[in-house]
Amino acid sequence: MKAIISLCLLLAAGFVQPATAALKVFACEPDWAALAKELGGNDVETYSATMAQQDVHKIQARPSLIARYRQADLVICTGSELEIGWLPALADKGNNPRVLPGQPGYFEASRYVTMLEVPTRLDRSQGDIHPNGNPHVQTNPRNISPIAQALAERLAELDGAHAADYRQRYEKFSQRWSAALEKWEARAKPLKGVAVVSHHKTWVYLYDWLGIREIARLEPKPAIPPSGAHLEKVLASVKQSPVRMVVYSAYEDPRAAEWLAQRVNIPAVQLPLSVGGAKGADDLFGLYDVTLDRLLNALGGQS
Amino acid sequence: MLRNPSILPGACLALMSLSAAAQTGSAGSGTAFNPKISLILVGTYADYGSTAEPDVGGVVLGPETEFKPAGLSLGESELVVESNVDTLFHAKAIIALENEDGETVVAVEEAYADTLTLPAGLSLKFGRFLSDIGYLNRVHAHAWEFVDAPLVYRALLATQLRDDGVQLRWVAPTDLFIEMGAEALRGQGFPAGGDPRDGVNGYTGFLHLGGDVGLGGSWRLGLSHLKADADNRATGEDVTTLFTGDSDVSIADFVFKWAQDGNPANRNLVFNAEYFHRKEDGNLEYDPDLVVPDNQTSTYSGKQDGYYAQLIYQFIPRWRVGVRYDRLTADNAVSNPAAGTSLETLADNSFDPQRMSAMVDFSNSEFSRVRLQYNRDESRPGGEDDDQVFLQYILSLGAHAAHQF
Repeated sequence: MKAIISLCLLLAAGFVQPATAALKVFACEPDWAALAKELGGNDVETYSATMAQQDVHKIQARPSLIARYRQADLVICTGSELEIGWLPALADKGNNPRVLPGQPGYFEASRYVTMLEVPTRLDRSQGDIHPNGNPHVQTNPRNISPIAQALAERLAELDGAHAADYRQRYEKFSQRWSAALEKWEARAKPLKGVAVVSHHKTWVYLYDWLGIREIARLEPKPAIPPSGAHLEKVLASVKQSPVRMVVYSAYEDPRAAEWLAQRVNIPAVQLPLSVGGAKGADDLFGLYDVTLDRLLNALGGQS
Repeated sequence: MLRNPSILPGACLALMSLSAAAQTGSAGSGTAFNPKISLILVGTYADYGSTAEPDVGGVVLGPETEFKPAGLSLGESELVVESNVDTLFHAKAIIALENEDGETVVAVEEAYADTLTLPAGLSLKFGRFLSDIGYLNRVHAHAWEFVDAPLVYRALLATQLRDDGVQLRWVAPTDLFIEMGAEALRGQGFPAGGDPRDGVNGYTGFLHLGGDVGLGGSWRLGLSHLKADADNRATGEDVTTLFTGDSDVSIADFVFKWAQDGNPANRNLVFNAEYFHRKEDGNLEYDPDLVVPDNQTSTYSGKQDGYYAQLIYQFIPRWRVGVRYDRLTADNAVSNPAAGTSLETLADNSFDPQRMSAMVDFSNSEFSRVRLQYNRDESRPGGEDDDQVFLQYILSLGAHAAHQF
């Protein structure tokens, strides 16, 4: 036992990072890794625990994630229980007190935006609902602005030596972001009032931003896969009040969306949801460029 | 024994509503401040082809290794309470309510605290806990992929090694997952056990390595060892067998998980296998209380080897199928293999116990699962066949569980 303890301590001492190393950022979602890269430049080393092709609700606390969590100086997550199935398991096994919730090394993006769909009634018969509201906040680029500001401040706090660099990069990012927002909102005007069906309740922030109306969802309850009976019901309702497209995300099985789309002869649109979720969505700017391209294409495909 | 078990859930609901109120600005789910609480309910229908005693050739079984009751039965109902204690500690308790001969018995399955702030990737755990040896040892029964434990766990560890003690664990700051740990145990958990325990009567050490392969694969490899000291360790339902001596268990475990595009929500595959080697050396006494009466003593020096391998495939969301193979071999020297006693069962090296299992399960959500399982069991002495069928439900109420890999 004593031998093992001293061996552990010896190994630990040997692995201690030099003080000048870049800040190690562990992002729960690729969007926050992209944002940390915008604000941190060469002062941060980012790692994304998930990809847009994965359902972030259902990630496993893999050994590789524990190893990365263990080394992180800053963990950036969406929060609002999006990662509740795996982040506590990483915290449990990762032995990294710097990034536990409540520490400066833990940053929860959804705390800086106004949450939508906050349930008034918590009951699992309603499906997998999130008590703090819908966690998919990155689908509205206007939410990115306050998150970026708070993250830049947090980076400056954790890495005081480069505080001025983080603030400077934030100023630059903020200007580019405002310009992009203006451009996106001008392009997106035709989408206002458009009626759609979505797979999961992923897009509430996007729809809120663009004025899109969600008529129905393919999932009967959040996180319960579409059933034949429910799809028939959705089909009947869109025959009553027509919609322009069916929206699903990069990680969802397209079959349900395509089934409905074919029956009423409208497009099924796959949106990237997160950075990396489609060709061209390589950073945060690309994410919304591609999202708007695809929505506008779907709208233009029928008139 | 708790006189009024219904008090427990009531108190917990009160705590849950308190913690909900403590959250800022929105409805809470018991995760923000006060204990996370959940209740696990498990029920089984079991059908056995054979009514013979479920002994296993080549071993003396430990406590709580009997089969699930035939017919309909409620299994263990587990209450899980977990929270940070203060700035230094986090604690978790799992209290099980189980039916034993028509009476409800309360058992503390786990009750431990671990440190939150140790530096350099270290953490210390103390209390009663499931040991980190092997892969399945620390996994609670409700999270197993099959209704029953692998044969090596049932025969060599009395299902799971659970004991009071201390664990020190270290995770390396490397991209390859490297974890090492050691435990010092009271020595109450089988294969240790026996007369009033003083000092430390069980030691374990473990090493885990792990990583990813490509986009969708991930793996973990483990090596572990248990050194246990038994002093009149008593086993047996009606007639007791005592063992005094040393028991050493070495385990090699491997897990590989694959998911299409790294997204397990739709399709995924889990393969895991473990190899056990146990060496025991000491003396046995059969029927010390003269129940039969047939008091017999013997020296015993033996080795048992065994393994299981299982494959679980989720082919569409919510539906999984799985197969498992179990095998055990024994090479025991028993000086007095008295006929009709546990000493005879132990000395029986003539047949290698084995079992084949297949299951299908459906999980409507992360909170409910229904499973159908078939076993072809040939683990009894002489290899008598037993066709076993199980139907099981597992329900989880309350806080969302975060499952380990």
